[in-house]
Amino acid sequence: MIKKTDTTELLGLNKFQVDEEEAHIVLDKAACAKCTKKPCLVVCPAGLYTEKNGEIVFDYAGCLECGTCRLVCEYGGITKWEYPRGTFGIAFRLG
Amino acid sequence: MSAEEKFDAIVIGAGPAGLACAYALAREGKEVVLLERGSSAGEKNYTGGRMYSHALDALEPGLCEEAAAQGALERRVTHEQIMCLSENSGMTIDYTDGGLLHRAGSDPAVEVPQSWTVLHSKFNAWFASKAEEAGVALAPGVRVDSLIEEGDKIVGVRAGEDELYADVVVAADGVNSFIAASAGLAPAVNAHSVGVGIKEVIELPESVIEDRFQIDKDGGAARVVLGCTAGIPGGGAIYTNRNTISLACVFNPAHAAEQKRRLPDIFQEFKMHPAIYPLIKGGTTVEYGGHLVMENGWRNVMRTPYRDGLLVAGEAAGYVINTGVIIRGIDLAILSGTAAAQAILTGAQGKALGQEYVRRLELCKLNDAMRAAQNWPDFMASPRLFSAYPDMGVDMLRQLFTVDDGAASLKKRLIGSVKRSGAGIMDMVRDAWRAYKAL
Ligand SMILES: Cc1cc2nc3c(=O)[nH]c(=O)nc-3n(C[C@H](O)[C@H](O)[C@H](O)COP(=O)(O)OP(=O)(O)OC[C@H]3O[C@@H](n4cnc5c(N)ncnc54)[C@H](O)[C@@H]3O)c2cc1C
Ligand code: SF4
Ligand code: SF4
Repeated sequence: MIKKTDTTELLGLNKFQVDEEEAHIVLDKAACAKCTKKPCLVVCPAGLYTEKNGEIVFDYAGCLECGTCRLVCEYGGITKWEYPRGTFGIAFRLG
Repeated sequence: MSAEEKFDAIVIGAGPAGLACAYALAREGKEVVLLERGSSAGEKNYTGGRMYSHALDALEPGLCEEAAAQGALERRVTHEQIMCLSENSGMTIDYTDGGLLHRAGSDPAVEVPQSWTVLHSKFNAWFASKAEEAGVALAPGVRVDSLIEEGDKIVGVRAGEDELYADVVVAADGVNSFIAASAGLAPAVNAHSVGVGIKEVIELPESVIEDRFQIDKDGGAARVVLGCTAGIPGGGAIYTNRNTISLACVFNPAHAAEQKRRLPDIFQEFKMHPAIYPLIKGGTTVEYGGHLVMENGWRNVMRTPYRDGLLVAGEAAGYVINTGVIIRGIDLAILSGTAAAQAILTGAQGKALGQEYVRRLELCKLNDAMRAAQNWPDFMASPRLFSAYPDMGVDMLRQLFTVDDGAASLKKRLIGSVKRSGAGIMDMVRDAWRAYKAL
């Protein structure tokens, strides 16, 4: 059914091979704590950045590997952004 | 590593640029290895939804038809549409013309569609199978981590523990091109110069798609949408595939970062807009994705897309045109990948190879196309384009169709539309001038 759908449900339709051993995006929570604007919260197509009690909550599983968060990150909070290791990550069936 | 184990070429990235390059090299008997981080070709490739056919046919005449016959393409575009949305209303212009089935310069006696709607993963998987048939050694599941340099020359690549060597490395690794950046070739990607695209692919029976878009069994529609980005520079697109609809929206990340609404939420509102929902009603969403795309045209293009031993092709080198109604990245990727292969096939080496590549980029008119569209980003930067003008257009139609007490003349009401949009006369003159310069 076509309805307003949240990103969690939408991501559930996709095929992912999550790399459980190595995170391809790593945040420095201390840097994020100093970041007032937190643009990562709005730009991520997968809605993976959320805020809880003023702290950034992030899980790299579900990442669409677009790279937008890396480009808007203001405070150096993203200390690592790489593509997942070979074979891992999103596997678009349609693209 | 011994000389026997050295390849003629290593291509990084099995997108349209890398595939075209590897294909054109292998066809001439070159030993080419194509490294792709996805576990199979196509998994990481993402697009909005249409491919202009000329580039594939320039790589090899008839290739596009073959792709279509083998189900790698979706529908021939027979209808070009432009839609403007304001909060609750919308208007659509539909343009259909037999000429869309006869690409400029093609034999008028046969049908050669100018463009096809496409699902990138499916198309790329097909293209990769063609490349393998031609002799390309495709190695999926391999992420290149760095380039190997000897002195000033790039001689190979590293992936995990493995090292591979070749006479030339082609970086066709797409918009974020970490490889080109690692070679010191400045990447053009930043929050201003790209757009972030979000797309849902929605499944519907073929006949329903044909009825809703008023296309016939073999036809297809490509629609651009203005006014669907909550005022953020960007726009939407709808493509009719065989039995799915691609619904996409692209936003400028720098502007998006300056406001509070989450992009996925704005996208969902677009999807449920009263003028959009009826098109997809009853469908089932089958995939959801996001990807960056270059938005600055010629300004993003690397002027020196090479170093000794390295060529950069496709979106990694900045090749995308977006005029608001036309987005071209796939065809340009194929053209530049082909140009890279042709340059390599001349046997030129070192800096001369790079110069030969640039000469080929000029020869195939790719850079001409980029330069012809070079002022579009100025026009597209007008904030009015993304809400005030679509609002105004829709409001004018509302005035045109409204029957009321008749006290105000139509002229007064249309002037009212302009006033309500908030766009000043001087702004409009300025935008018209920018549009004129962009043409
Ligand atoms: C939302 C959106 C809508 C678009 N709409 C259109 C459209 O309608 N028409 C059109 O023509 N174009 C469109 N484009 C642009 C077009 O899709 C791209 O420009 C085109 O796909 C670029 O091709 P490419 O081969 O250069 O790069 P890509 O297709 O991105 O391929 C790069 C490949 O390199 C691989 N790779 C990257 N790094 C590594 C590494 N380190 N090691 C190994 N492999 C690596 C990736 O996995 C990927 O397969 C759109 C883009 C977006 C995002
Ligand atoms: S790369 Fe894209 S999808 Fe992944 S976390 Fe960053 S913004 Fe979200
Ligand atoms: S923008 Fe960067 S620094 Fe700021 S909260 Fe997000 S990840 Fe942290």
